[in-house]
Amino acid sequence: MATEAHALPELASVYWRPRATAERLRRRGRLWTLTTVAHVVPFVIVAVVMMLLSPLAFPVSLAALAHAWLIPALYAQRGANVARPLRRAADGPERVALGLLGDLVDHRARELHARTGLVPEQGRLGLWLVGEAGALLLVGRRVFCWCVKASDPELPSGDRVAHLLLALRTDEEGFATVANLAFSGARWRVRRRLPKHQRSALAGEYA
Amino acid sequence: MSRLIRMDQTGHTTLAEWSVDDEVSREAAVAAFAAELETGAIAMVTRGAGHAEHVRELPLDEELVIMRRPIAGG
Repeated sequence: MATEAHALPELASVYWRPRATAERLRRRGRLWTLTTVAHVVPFVIVAVVMMLLSPLAFPVSLAALAHAWLIPALYAQRGANVARPLRRAADGPERVALGLLGDLVDHRARELHARTGLVPEQGRLGLWLVGEAGALLLVGRRVFCWCVKASDPELPSGDRVAHLLLALRTDEEGFATVANLAFSGARWRVRRRLPKHQRSALAGEYA
Repeated sequence: MSRLIRMDQTGHTTLAEWSVDDEVSREAAVAAFAAELETGAIAMVTRGAGHAEHVRELPLDEELVIMRRPIAGG
């Protein structure tokens, strides 16, 4: 646990939240899975029962199956959205910000950022992939998608990433406490919804 | 020469440069640091690979001090 001296200052704005820990993350992950099952199973049951009652109810069954597919898909899309690049600033500021970000990370991280816009950072909770408006945390086959960003919307993209990276490095659990969990589930569910150039980041090459 | 920088719309801006044995530059840097804190900025220093630290006073022996804006869940 981080001492007060090493705690993220932004924790004061979410004082009511319990501090994130590996165990709490595992529980939240399981809860997300249970929620997904609770969304899918009733619709599948409805689809099967309607077909058994009357084949003429086929359209209703189809609609129920569509719901069973669509609701988890929307949640996974919400997770993938945290890694999406935001609007770029002018070339000059982007170059300057990229230079500073480059000074903060090693060569492999710079290379991944150049390809995907995401910076890898190994933490105690798992492997983080830090983007401009959020971060993905890879833990085994699961991904946690965190929505979090710097309060200045006019920053160049490199500075947005650097803000999150510095906060993460200051206090990893605090970072996961301040950020909002947008999704948790299997990696493949988010990977397929990312833009093509970002998908390799979730392939586990840095894990 | 140590630097105090602020991440902002320009990429970053150098707010102050100082050397430990130059009292005038030190005082200017401390004043610039205090002014940034007044705006709600957060001061960071890097501590090797994967580590950073939040500082509340200007660490005069550091080569680079970075001011950032607060982050918040979206």
